[in-house]
Amino acid sequence: MTELPDLAWTRARDFRAAPFGATTVSAPQWTALAQALAAGRVTLMSLWAEHGAVCMALHDSAARRVAVARLDGLGDGFPSVGLHHAPAQRLERAAADLFGLAPLGAEDARPWLDHGRWGILHPLGAAAPHPGHAPYPFLPVEGESLHQVPVGPVHAGIIEPGHFRFTAQGETVVRLEERLGYTHKGIDRQMQGASLARGAELAGRCSGDSTVAYSFAFAQATEAALVVKVPDRAFALRGIMAELERLANHLGDIGAICNDAAFPMMLAQTSVLREMVLRAAARAFGHRFMRDRIVPGGVTVDLDAEGVTAIRALVETIRDGFPPLVALYDTTASLLDRTVGTGHLSPDLAQRFGAGGHVGRASGRDYDTRRDLRYAPYDMLRLEVPLREDGDVNARIWLRIKEVEQSCSLITQMLNALPSGPVLAEVPPAGAARTGLGLVEGFRGDILVWLSLDPDGTIARCHMRDPSWFQWPLLEAVIEGNIIADFPLCNKSFNCSYSGHDL
Amino acid sequence: MRRFLLEGLMRRPLTEAAPAPDGDASAELAAALERRARDRLGRSLAIRMVDAGSCNGCELEIQALGNPFYDLERFGLHFVASPRHADVLMVTGPVTHNMAEALRRTHDAMPAPKWVIAVGDCAKDGGCFAGSYAVAGGADAVVPVDLHIAGCPPDPTALLKGLRALVESRDIEAGQD
Ligand code: SF4
Repeated sequence: MTELPDLAWTRARDFRAAPFGATTVSAPQWTALAQALAAGRVTLMSLWAEHGAVCMALHDSAARRVAVARLDGLGDGFPSVGLHHAPAQRLERAAADLFGLAPLGAEDARPWLDHGRWGILHPLGAAAPHPGHAPYPFLPVEGESLHQVPVGPVHAGIIEPGHFRFTAQGETVVRLEERLGYTHKGIDRQMQGASLARGAELAGRCSGDSTVAYSFAFAQATEAALVVKVPDRAFALRGIMAELERLANHLGDIGAICNDAAFPMMLAQTSVLREMVLRAAARAFGHRFMRDRIVPGGVTVDLDAEGVTAIRALVETIRDGFPPLVALYDTTASLLDRTVGTGHLSPDLAQRFGAGGHVGRASGRDYDTRRDLRYAPYDMLRLEVPLREDGDVNARIWLRIKEVEQSCSLITQMLNALPSGPVLAEVPPAGAARTGLGLVEGFRGDILVWLSLDPDGTIARCHMRDPSWFQWPLLEAVIEGNIIADFPLCNKSFNCSYSGHDL
Repeated sequence: MRRFLLEGLMRRPLTEAAPAPDGDASAELAAALERRARDRLGRSLAIRMVDAGSCNGCELEIQALGNPFYDLERFGLHFVASPRHADVLMVTGPVTHNMAEALRRTHDAMPAPKWVIAVGDCAKDGGCFAGSYAVAGGADAVVPVDLHIAGCPPDPTALLKGLRALVESRDIEAGQD
């Protein structure tokens, strides 16, 4: 076993409150880290490029600590991590598209976010004129009586765009290949040189369903970089918003999954509860999705008595109205017939990809940022993290059901111990170059924000990694051997973000 | 199970959950909209939605139009899977360069007369993503827009109002394409 290079491992308590230092490594050390990832000794949290450098965020889950390794002084490439550890592959391809830093030795050198339509090559690197659009070579498939079904980027429903290339034998899927990047808006470059206020605005628009979680993570990264003392009341309000967001998404998705199994009644019922969450959020915080409510330093709205009442009433409604729906799910044989055993994700694969959220936890990956890399306000709360091993669509539904219950409990705990005082602190000027790390458990998993600030306080680099990066590839794996008709079911049970991934 | 379902429906009719403050207002709005759609088109409105690069926030509110509070389908307004069946194209998001062709082709595939609604601040002019190397602009950078509904995202009531404004507009009266 190769020696792991010494990295500045940091525990949550420390990186939550102070700037985060990356450890500079040599090329052989970088490769040693890639091998450690492949051996499962550490988990990949993200990989991204900066000007002339690549970075990896690593998680040592046993010791509950995080490190960032940085390989500097690059010309046009870096030793591929994806060569050893598949979860890094798409992140590397994205880094190559944006910065022109190629993963040397990588098996898959196809572009990922760059579809040849931006007019420029490597927009965050040398930004040369683009040679133009070229057809995207899908992976070759060979075999007896195979046929292909291309789907997207425009899908039948009201959902985001992406392309799925199914290869099927009869009804059975033998391979799914995803092609993403359609919603790439160039957020990484818009972040460069932006003020913190503008950065917060953009962060809150990476993935609309997770706007609270993204603003939260961005605020965390800023507050760590600039050592901001955030008022306790602001933390509690952030927590309430984050749990409301989780509730809205889980409730909506539980119904939507059942709807994809031709059981629309469940969607009708859960969408009523979901709508109530959004209305309570609007009453309490002034916006149905609570967008732009979390900013560096705290929150922009206080919660008044009327808001507290609205949220308490909501929790009551869910506590009354949700259990009968769960019972309905659990006693409808025709529905269970579609969900049980469908889209199985093995614990081994979930672990290897560091799959976050319900995708990982339904396949035995016992990790939740709120508990394992704690942050306020969850350090003061009782949280039980549900876990299952069976890893199918049914398991992911149950995981979400349990998380709905947990969110209700967390909201009640926070309302019962709501601190008083201000909700927004002043953010001090940077004065020097600073970096900070934000890590938040959104409804679909852990969102990572890496923020570098210039001495004048503007953003030098902001990398945001959606949980979907490590879930999309697993969706390709779970559909194998299932019938095409079960794809919507599997897809919805994951519910990966297109926009959060494409940025 | 059937009995459970029936009981569930009897005991907890969805209409009981609906009369929230603006619930009635939205029902009224949707009914007015449906009358208009019938007057102008002689039938209901079929809507095809395309996300041209949004953050997915706008989609969530468009989806909410289908929940029992707003229940758009009650009024004959429905979302269709194929552009061939659509009268109205709803576009969300800034149009990314990577989606421009798919959006244009969807619009081309719709039969005339057809209308385009740009939903959300991004679809107006690119919103907070305007000026990016990856963004072509608002929806009108690629398709002709008849109506814009503002908001980030516009809530379901704003969407209903927008649909109503569209069918009341003179363009539709004249049946332009
Ligand atoms: S208008 Fe707002 S909600 Fe809609 S796509 Fe743009 S950022 Fe997202």
